[in-house]
Amino acid sequence: MSDHAPVTDWLHDFDHTDPRWTENPYPIWDELRTTSPVVHTERFLGCYMPTTFEAVKQITYDTEHFSSRRVVVRDVRPQTIPAPPITSDPPEHKPAKQLLLPSFTPDAIKKLEPRVRAICNELIDDFIDDGGCDAAARYSRHIPVRAIAHMLGIPEADGDRFIKWIHEILELGIKDEAALIRAVQEMIAYFSGHIERRKKEPADDLITTLVSARDKDGRPLPDAHVQGTLRLLLIAGIDTTWSAIGSSLWHLAKTPADRERLLAEPELLPTAIEEFLRAYAPVTMAREVMKETEIGGCPIKPGNMVLLSFPAANRDPAVFPDADKVVIDRKQNPHAAFGLGIHRCIGSNLARMEMTVAIEEWLKRIPDFRLDPAGKVTWSEGTVRGPRQLPILFGKA
Amino acid sequence: MPGKLRVRVDQDKCQGHARCKSLAPELFELDTFGNAHEAGDGTVPAGLEDKAWLAQSNCPEIAIDVIEK
Repeated sequence: MSDHAPVTDWLHDFDHTDPRWTENPYPIWDELRTTSPVVHTERFLGCYMPTTFEAVKQITYDTEHFSSRRVVVRDVRPQTIPAPPITSDPPEHKPAKQLLLPSFTPDAIKKLEPRVRAICNELIDDFIDDGGCDAAARYSRHIPVRAIAHMLGIPEADGDRFIKWIHEILELGIKDEAALIRAVQEMIAYFSGHIERRKKEPADDLITTLVSARDKDGRPLPDAHVQGTLRLLLIAGIDTTWSAIGSSLWHLAKTPADRERLLAEPELLPTAIEEFLRAYAPVTMAREVMKETEIGGCPIKPGNMVLLSFPAANRDPAVFPDADKVVIDRKQNPHAAFGLGIHRCIGSNLARMEMTVAIEEWLKRIPDFRLDPAGKVTWSEGTVRGPRQLPILFGKA
Repeated sequence: MPGKLRVRVDQDKCQGHARCKSLAPELFELDTFGNAHEAGDGTVPAGLEDKAWLAQSNCPEIAIDVIEK
């Protein structure tokens, strides 16, 4: 496990785990974007970063030169650990994704909404009389954990274990390969019991969908495929939405005008949620360069990784006027928070529903709130960005 | 008075973000995989022209055409 030297030259030596990036990446991205559409670092065994919306888009559409077999930029390149369909390239990608898509359409997700609304209110009941709370630890974190557990058909009460694995895979695992491998092994052991049980007793959940799936020749999916997809669904569905709900609450806590407007015009919420998704997009993905090519006039060489920052693309003023302003009634907002191209986040409808319900229920019960000046907001490092500590006081200042 | 409009979803480009369905539910339908298709023959009923343009300008994949007939 290695510590990284602080960055002094962002243009030639960027590092998305640097404390300055974690704390406030926006000025860094603005500086890089005005200099070059693609920058490079020798860190992480060599890695590019597209800085404009256009360059990010080109790379997501180009599955010939850019593979998804590795989707996290790490210090090392451990053996690939398939988690279909996120780590799949064409032609394997499409059938693996189509198997899951029907469970994630807006109509399918709508059935889960009453459960999510109940979860939000149960959580609020626990702290509403305390005068304040850490909204990341007590609220935003638990909503996606319980929702995805419900969909997969595993106990909501195992949530703390899921959060530990995610931290080890997506944060510690960037620099500590052993932590990554250990977490993956623990997840395999956890899911194998559930998989065996569903083979004997099918239920109405995603584990059953996977174990009863058949490929075009009528064969069941290999266990490694089922395991990989289950890890993906658990990992991708949790700290992403946890971050998005947390960032939205953070914004509303420090922006009374937006909060008051949403209270007065609740029908504006879906538009505001899209703007929070644009401005505070949590997810940065990655690709591996397979063949030499060129993006935005910059040569791209195989052997390097690509840090695919949808959050940086969403701040590109060439596509979004006043990109650094959060405009909750922004009309034209074709943001890339859920990615672009064939790997569009399968959980986008789920995430939107969870965010909308979480903010709606919070505003109903806690219309006035602010950041606690005595507390400190902290942000997660690396691949998924959102508040991990969010001290909030209830009521007017 | 705007001319009559038609919307069309390019099936090669649509990736199922579903922004169009949420902004203009009258003009789009989603299939079992969540990908969008124009409702009926895509003709935009009078009064829904703004929604057609809104759906087009919010599609992250630029998959929606609005055709002025």
